[in-house]
Amino acid sequence: MDGINAKYVSKKISKTRWRPVSSSSLQQPDIFATGSWDNEDNSISIWSIGENGVSSMDDEFEGDPQLLCEYKHNGDVLDLQFLDQDRIVTASSTGAVTIFRHHHNSQTLSVSQLWERAHHYPCNNAPCTGVVCNSPEIVTVGEDGRIMLFRADQEGVLRTIEMADSSAIHAVTFLRTTEILTVNSIGQLKLWDFRQPGNEPSQILSLTGDRVPLHCVDRHPNQQHIVATGGQDGMLCIWDVRQGNMPISLMEAHTSEMWEVHFHPSNPGHLFSCSEDGSLLHWETSSNTDTPSLQGGRNTSIISRSAIAPAGGNQSLINAWLTGDSSKGHLETTHMLPSQMLSVNSLDVLGQCLVCGTDGEAIYVNRYVPI
Amino acid sequence: MEEVDVEPTTTPIPGFDSNQKHLGFVWGPGDILVYETIYKASGGCPFVHEVRKDEDIYSPILRKLFNESHHIFVGLQRIREDLPSKNKKPQFVSISKNYRSVIRACMEELQQVAGIVYVYHVSSCIITLELIWNLCEVLFIDAAPAGSLVLHLLDWVRLHKADVDEKAREVLASESPAEHQAYWDVVISYVLQGRMDEARQVLVKQAALQPAARVMFKLLDNLLMKMPIFNPGETQTLTEFDVKWRHWREEVDHCLQDQSFASNRHLEDICKILVGDEDVLLEYKELLSTWYHFLVTRLLFSHPTVKPTELHYYAQSSMHMFLDTRSVPEPLDSILLAAFEFDIHQVIKDCSIALNNWWFVGHLTDLLDHCKLLQSHNLHFGSNLREFLLLEYASGLFTHHSLWQLAVDYFDHCPEFGRVYLELQIERVPLDTERKALKVIRICEQRQMTEQVRSICKIMAKKALRNNRLGSALSWSIRAKDAAFATLISERFLQDYCAKGTFSDLDLIDNLGPAMLLSDRLTFLGKYREFHRLYGEKRFSDAAKLLLSLMTAKIAPHSFWMTLLTDALPLLEQKEVIFSADQTHELMFCLEELTSGKSVPTPDRPMQVLGYTPPYPLSNVCFPFNLLIHCFIICSNLYSCLARG
Repeated sequence: MDGINAKYVSKKISKTRWRPVSSSSLQQPDIFATGSWDNEDNSISIWSIGENGVSSMDDEFEGDPQLLCEYKHNGDVLDLQFLDQDRIVTASSTGAVTIFRHHHNSQTLSVSQLWERAHHYPCNNAPCTGVVCNSPEIVTVGEDGRIMLFRADQEGVLRTIEMADSSAIHAVTFLRTTEILTVNSIGQLKLWDFRQPGNEPSQILSLTGDRVPLHCVDRHPNQQHIVATGGQDGMLCIWDVRQGNMPISLMEAHTSEMWEVHFHPSNPGHLFSCSEDGSLLHWETSSNTDTPSLQGGRNTSIISRSAIAPAGGNQSLINAWLTGDSSKGHLETTHMLPSQMLSVNSLDVLGQCLVCGTDGEAIYVNRYVPI
Repeated sequence: MEEVDVEPTTTPIPGFDSNQKHLGFVWGPGDILVYETIYKASGGCPFVHEVRKDEDIYSPILRKLFNESHHIFVGLQRIREDLPSKNKKPQFVSISKNYRSVIRACMEELQQVAGIVYVYHVSSCIITLELIWNLCEVLFIDAAPAGSLVLHLLDWVRLHKADVDEKAREVLASESPAEHQAYWDVVISYVLQGRMDEARQVLVKQAALQPAARVMFKLLDNLLMKMPIFNPGETQTLTEFDVKWRHWREEVDHCLQDQSFASNRHLEDICKILVGDEDVLLEYKELLSTWYHFLVTRLLFSHPTVKPTELHYYAQSSMHMFLDTRSVPEPLDSILLAAFEFDIHQVIKDCSIALNNWWFVGHLTDLLDHCKLLQSHNLHFGSNLREFLLLEYASGLFTHHSLWQLAVDYFDHCPEFGRVYLELQIERVPLDTERKALKVIRICEQRQMTEQVRSICKIMAKKALRNNRLGSALSWSIRAKDAAFATLISERFLQDYCAKGTFSDLDLIDNLGPAMLLSDRLTFLGKYREFHRLYGEKRFSDAAKLLLSLMTAKIAPHSFWMTLLTDALPLLEQKEVIFSADQTHELMFCLEELTSGKSVPTPDRPMQVLGYTPPYPLSNVCFPFNLLIHCFIICSNLYSCLARG
């Protein structure tokens, strides 16, 4: 846990995201955006941890995030994504979807595009709960059970899937360029194919037991059929969307709601999850059992249950996520934050850097994540 | 009722004319709502004013103070009780230092924000807070004994009189330091603060300029160097130190008597200070600037082995000597005096009155309580002082739109009334989004507040129902295990079905899973949908069995039986026999039971759903005839059954 310091920012942080770095450069990310919630004046802010910010001779402040610019945001920021190097899309609790532009020269933010009532009920607004982009397309989901498809720089709506869900949709992710996956508050994963007309999902997956609301979903960076979800009971589920409608493995992770789960984009053997119980876990798989993989911090033993054995287990493609069992592969979790914290609402990881935001109005940045 | 300690402050309401109108008011949790009224039905004023006592929680810089101190507070509560208090003292001191560093960080940030009057005022308040806390740490928590006491007090004073170093830097950076205007001020300030090494370093500059007086400077330098400082780590006892110190003092006194420094007034003054000459000390009032600096310097040079119990005597006399008798003592002075008198309760009381926010007294009292320094002092309202202050602080936090989450932990650690307060307050948190509602519910569930969970889930479910989000409503009722609401939702579904002839939200009903068992009506809904699915897949015998079981197992509500019996018609009309003899008997039995009942509803749902068009318009025919037709059909089925044996 060395190298992780709290930066108190006087607003509860709901989302943190690194600005993408071009895949060719080996640079570590240095700019991130945060969104706040539950404040009378919410805002999105851009921070820097690199040399862009105030240079300081003092080692202590080297990693301290410096605020570059800030902009007022109507409603809670329920989701935030970088569309490209300059633009950020946010989902608001007022049902609006906004694109902000970050001007590097003047270090200011401005609103570039706004869809005000993207998500609504017949009489009032419905919070927009998730946004995901594949530039220039933007997909948003909300508590009204709608899926909206927009295109940046185009005014209207590209496509609406009405009544996609009778309950609130909590998160969305791209599976392929034309397919998305949503999770909702009755514990279902739904696959949607944009090439098909109509308002029906192409597939529905869910657990047979108690229908626990799911809050987050993330796709494996290399294998498009593997997704991880987390929900109200804090269990981490790994699914294979090709086969059946049952998760491949279930692992007890947290003691309350898991808010975000992320595969590491370049090292998918690592997974990160954060939760209402104030913990941020770093999951690490390694195929050989004799690697000493103790990082700093506390280790916890995981109870994992394999729901089904993976079909056609090809040893050379051993994906330890599919087994989740310490006998076949080695699965290690580490707590990355000090204990006794309020809820960790969001995390993002890129390269060796991890940033997360909490309800304790603090941001934590770790620049030396062991991966 | 007790007497009021200070005059209450008045807050003018803008735009209010007290000659014309009266002021009505109502108390809120942390504020008051006031409105003008003339006690008549019409002609009132449209404004309602909100009067807040505490503006500080809305300052973005001070918010960091609340968040960071919350973290420290929670850590303090979790220190294990079973450790003996001797081992805990260093821990408590370190926690006290943590609190202070948080205050200092806040102070520094405020000082960087330039030019705003309010900020300046708050910033100077914060400095005072740190001063008081530091003194409390030295006297109460660290509880330094005689000998170390003076050293700790010296540290305390040095920390709060940092301008000496700035002045010194300025002087030393100038071309000719010894001739700088502030040169002697710097030297004397160092001596007053007991920083002999620094004083000597600066004196050397002067000595270089006056080679003729070299002997004199050497002598003073020697005296300054030899001044004994009590070292608690060494094996030297207090008595030994006292002897050494008196010996040294005699030597200084001797030099004074000898007139060794008569030619240089400044050097002579320094010498007089070293023997603790109070008149000379008072001449340098400006450099001392506060009576407590005067007190500590006096102690350093006259009574370095002062015991904690003797402090108050010197404190009072120092204050009287230093301040004009005419000037009114400020709140800070009485607080510090109370601290020197070791009257913790008076300190807390005075701080509570002087500050507009319970943050300081709440945290300080809590820490002192952990150090077992507060006698259990029962207040009129039943709880002890620590709990009272924490409850007040946390209630204030709860009025804030965002900081309410911190307050929850404070309530948790108030054993007597914390839970009750939390139960009352948590229901008032506004729930705009599902995510916020989930967090509030999680807080309630962790504390087994089932009533609150149920009520919040009901609010969210009703909201969802109003917006026609039946799936969301159902998921909230499942969370609350609210069977009654689940029944309500199923009724809505069934009503929709009767009205439109199709089920809405099939993705929900088809995938109910074990949640189906939450309420009978919900189970019926799921099974009824399953019947339709089976019929659609042409698995008639399974469909028939299910339909019958719905009636015989009494899962179906009576109001729906007619619909179910009508659903049986197409199955009866099929070419092959679907219902067995026994099943047909049961069907007839159900029919009989239905007709014998007091009120029998009529089916009004179009039959096209099942792809069955009756040879006559069923809906227009009066009811008894309907039944007759049914009986006929059932009997004919029975006959064909019997015919086949």
